[in-house]
Amino acid sequence: MAVTKTEPINGSTTKSSAPPLPSMPLKSDLLSILSLKSLRLKTKQQELLIRVSILCLVYVLAFITRLFSVLRYESMIHEFDPYFNYRTTLFLTQKGFYEFWNWFDSESWYPLGRIIGGTLYPGLMVTAAMMYWGLRFLRFAVHIREVCVLTAPFFASNTTLVAYFFGKEIWDTGAGLVAAVLIAICPGYISRSVAGSYDNEGVAIFALLLTFYLFVKAVNTGSLAWGLASAFGYFYMVSAWGGYVFIINLIPLYVLALLITGRYSMRLYVAYNCMYVLGMLLAMQIRFVGFQHVQSGEHMAAMGVFFLMQVFYFLDWVKHLLNDKKLFEAFLRITVTCAVGVGAIALGVGTASGYISPWSGRFYSLLDPTYAKDHIPIIASVSEHQPTAWSSFMFDFHILLFLFPAGLYFCFKRLSDATIFIVMYGLTSMYFAGVMVRLILVATPAVCLISAIAVSATIKNLTMLLRTKSKVSQTGSTKGTGGGKTSSKAMLDQSQPFQRNGAIALLFGAFYLLSRYAIHCTWVTSEAYSSPSIVLAARGAHGNRVIFDDYREAYYWLRQNTPPDAKVMSWWDYGYQITAMGNRTVIVDNNTWNNTHIATVGRAMSSYEDEAYEIMRSLDVDYVLVVFGGVTGYSSDDINKFLWMVRIGGGVFPVIKEPDYLVNGEYRVDKGAAPKMLNCLMYKLSYYRFGELMTEYGKPPGYDRARGVEIGNKDIKLEHLEEAFTTSNWIVRIYKVKPPNNRW
Amino acid sequence: MSPPHRVNPQPISLSPRQPKDPTTTKMARSNFSVLTILSVILLLPVLSLSFSPDSPSDRRLLVLFDDLSLKSSHSIFFNSLKSRGFDLDFKLADDPKLALQRYGQYLYDGLILFSPSIERFGGALDLAAVLDFVDSGHDLFIAADSSASDLIKSVATECGVDFDEDPSALVIDHRSYAVVGTEGDHTLIAADDFIESDVLLGENKIEAPVLFKGIAHSLNAANNLVLKVLSASPAAYSANPSSKLSSPPSLTGSSISLVSVVQARNNARIMITGSLDLFSNRFFRSSVQKAGSPKKYDKSGNEQFVAELSKWVFHERGHLKAVNLRHNKAGETDEPAMYRIKDDLDFSVEIYEWSGKSWEPYVANDVQVQFYMMSPYVLKTLSNDKKGLYHTSFKVPDVYGVFQFKVEYNRLGYTSLLLSKQIPVRPFKHNEYERFITAAFPYYGASFTMMAGFFIFSFVYLYHK
Repeated sequence: MAVTKTEPINGSTTKSSAPPLPSMPLKSDLLSILSLKSLRLKTKQQELLIRVSILCLVYVLAFITRLFSVLRYESMIHEFDPYFNYRTTLFLTQKGFYEFWNWFDSESWYPLGRIIGGTLYPGLMVTAAMMYWGLRFLRFAVHIREVCVLTAPFFASNTTLVAYFFGKEIWDTGAGLVAAVLIAICPGYISRSVAGSYDNEGVAIFALLLTFYLFVKAVNTGSLAWGLASAFGYFYMVSAWGGYVFIINLIPLYVLALLITGRYSMRLYVAYNCMYVLGMLLAMQIRFVGFQHVQSGEHMAAMGVFFLMQVFYFLDWVKHLLNDKKLFEAFLRITVTCAVGVGAIALGVGTASGYISPWSGRFYSLLDPTYAKDHIPIIASVSEHQPTAWSSFMFDFHILLFLFPAGLYFCFKRLSDATIFIVMYGLTSMYFAGVMVRLILVATPAVCLISAIAVSATIKNLTMLLRTKSKVSQTGSTKGTGGGKTSSKAMLDQSQPFQRNGAIALLFGAFYLLSRYAIHCTWVTSEAYSSPSIVLAARGAHGNRVIFDDYREAYYWLRQNTPPDAKVMSWWDYGYQITAMGNRTVIVDNNTWNNTHIATVGRAMSSYEDEAYEIMRSLDVDYVLVVFGGVTGYSSDDINKFLWMVRIGGGVFPVIKEPDYLVNGEYRVDKGAAPKMLNCLMYKLSYYRFGELMTEYGKPPGYDRARGVEIGNKDIKLEHLEEAFTTSNWIVRIYKVKPPNNRW
Repeated sequence: MSPPHRVNPQPISLSPRQPKDPTTTKMARSNFSVLTILSVILLLPVLSLSFSPDSPSDRRLLVLFDDLSLKSSHSIFFNSLKSRGFDLDFKLADDPKLALQRYGQYLYDGLILFSPSIERFGGALDLAAVLDFVDSGHDLFIAADSSASDLIKSVATECGVDFDEDPSALVIDHRSYAVVGTEGDHTLIAADDFIESDVLLGENKIEAPVLFKGIAHSLNAANNLVLKVLSASPAAYSANPSSKLSSPPSLTGSSISLVSVVQARNNARIMITGSLDLFSNRFFRSSVQKAGSPKKYDKSGNEQFVAELSKWVFHERGHLKAVNLRHNKAGETDEPAMYRIKDDLDFSVEIYEWSGKSWEPYVANDVQVQFYMMSPYVLKTLSNDKKGLYHTSFKVPDVYGVFQFKVEYNRLGYTSLLLSKQIPVRPFKHNEYERFITAAFPYYGASFTMMAGFFIFSFVYLYHK
């Protein structure tokens, strides 16, 4: 039955396309037919023109709306991970691909080092480098940084095109256009793709949507070529982001759903097998994935469905050979039991023997939101891994949150292979978005597409009402509308005047909502998502903008005033930035691959100074860097992150106990704080000499503005460390580790 | 890597507060710079003479007294120093012009504190200055006596030695005192419990006991750099000889140190003793007979002991240097920036010992090198060629990371050698693995026959129907 859907229902926006032809033999005269025909051709061209120009505008809009950060600040890389990506891209453009592929970085994770080539997804860097080389080839002398800064907006623009085609594939061109507009400005996507946010996600969402689109296209057409294209899309996604696991689980789930609902077809068989086999072979070429793709638990669903597919095909063949229905049913029973049994045994043996690795902690924490909190503090500590608050759904989706269920309704009303896919994509990704804040990003395309269906279908229905009203005399001729419209028309016939006004009112309401959406998106982009977070901005007492550029001040200080082989210890958040901007070796960084190493740093930070000194000596630490917001009121500083250091440190070294730092379960830094808290290294380094400082008028010296308390230990003496540098607003403080006492 | 962000451009516009006539200031500045350059050029020979890295022995010593009579009463000691080539600068400890450094440069290589009773130094000298002097690699020679002041005691405490707190206590030993004409109170001690080290006390054994009269000190257990060179006998104790013992003495037996030395981590050397008389002409000259021993020596061991010890303290002996730490892949000569796992490498280092006049090859069979990343992965004893060159070769372990070549050589009396050189070790590159593995030949065969079979099948299927 799904065969009818292979042809997209395309002409719905232009009311007069192919379908009206059979209803032509009416009593209209020749002249009118002629004029209508020439007009019709023209409308089709006009429609194409409008569609193309809308797409062009959306393409441009998606790009420029992401440039707030460049205008507000400067063309710079944002946040933490992008600095690593930038550094590796720079390396790639300077040293070439093979050096990049084999890069062993001795500047991070001292003394372990990190095999960068084998532990990253190279898609982003290679993409940026290709664009850079391309521009160079065309004699545009750009700096690689500009390319990196603008990569994410560029790919966001491309995503709008994919969204258009995807919308067209699952519904119609109108839905495609609306989807393109919605996704172009949706805050959930903008949060990860503003200019300067040079992160894997910027490219990966494009790749994700492209893969899905090509796969749906392959399912709809049953074409090997589209299947091949989707395999390549999948390869690009695998090369770009670890989120490819979502694809390789969603597509089998979708296929399974189609099998269960009896929608198995040859098209599906071709599409899935082509995509899975080729996609798997291609994905295994990425060093970071390698044999995981056939060995790890997260990829087993795809493999299971692949084999199930073969069983289905085999059964189909047997059914074709056997005409006896009873015999076939018996055969079916035996085969299915055997297949499931063999699969279960293979899985069990594989898992028991360790050949199939169990699910990773991140995967578990997706399925069970409380898992990470109990077992893996390092995952739970990341702010973007927190469960999503309702407000951030509202913030990131705005009206799409209401339109999403409406769109689901429309999808269910017109169920096809494609709509089933988008429904499954929407529902699963919404669940994951609820589990982790950062996965709102994955849900955004689905939400935009489903909402676009709702918007497009609603507006089309409403305008249809208006049009039929104006052409009420020739109602009979306008019937070639999309499926399910006849009922509304029948209702229209009964109470036309009321319907018409209602339709106008509803249209205005829809336009109001959509314009509110546009305003909201622009506001969110400009206010919330365009901050580079490496340069902080605040409002001064007179309403003027105050810029705190302390991070870069500190990193440049490190770069220029410390020996080139100096080792800097800091909490892992700042590792990438220190290596990229300070060009110094760090102990731990944002690639949290070695929990023990991070726990060692956490232990050092939460120990007394002399114990910490031993740890720092064993790691050859020369400088310690802490981030402190007590002077400026910057709340995401190390003192506020400190409990995570304690937890992560305590997870590996049980000598660190969280209750030692709390008073009656309360975390405080004032006089009532726990004695261990008041004397641990992090407290000392953060508040060293702070007791002498007046931060706010009318408050005692040593008043911490980030936490709003007067600190409890104002007389801090350092024995093994000495203050080396404190930035102008005290946000970054760097301490030098003294050599051991000369005479002892 | 180039900086990822633009550095803020320098302001181009001149500030309005610029002086109207900039030439004068410029002139003055250039004059000044000419003067500095001239003075540096003039000082250069002096500076290079005094801070020659080739000769670690001290040259200029500052001697501080309580009163200048000590200069004559301890003249043998000073003359022996002078004859060994030292410049001695005698000053009173409360001299108001006292200074160890000028314009950031130290004026002396060593400091001899023969001023036990001083409460405050004159000039710019104080406790912190003395400690800084040591911490910047210079040597210190302290002799106290029963009049030792808190200042001297606190200098000693900072160096890991605690003098007896009782100001009137002296070291008393009723068994190994020196027999003199009159039966005294047994505070003149004939000590012969030397540390066994040729480096510290020279190769010639000190036969005669050393005369000691002064206060006791003990070593701080927390300090592992301080050594007892001359310890008291087990029967010694520290108490006031003129009063009766009311309570057990705090320092007793061989925990009492008579002469101690410290070699700091930066190889500065410190000698501390509780007897100023140890260095006096009187003790140098006097004959000695230890109580209970029939043998009488014409001359005490003091002169030899002090001479040998001062040679050590002022770096005329026991000073090692390690140079030319080299490593390279086996068969190559250049030092690589990075090794690969399982590389074979050669490691060599040259170690020389300072004989007082020249650098001689140091010969030992216990110098080891570690290939270290948080723990030593390779620990090898270096073989030497008797000419100072130590050498070994080994295979890089099958672990990647940032390693260090570490030579940590600590031997009693010698300066400690702590060398480390960082070197990253990378894993195999993608094209450094074996291309064809014998064990995999069945798989190669399978894939190629599969390809061939598929080709033939297609051909047959397509064209022979």
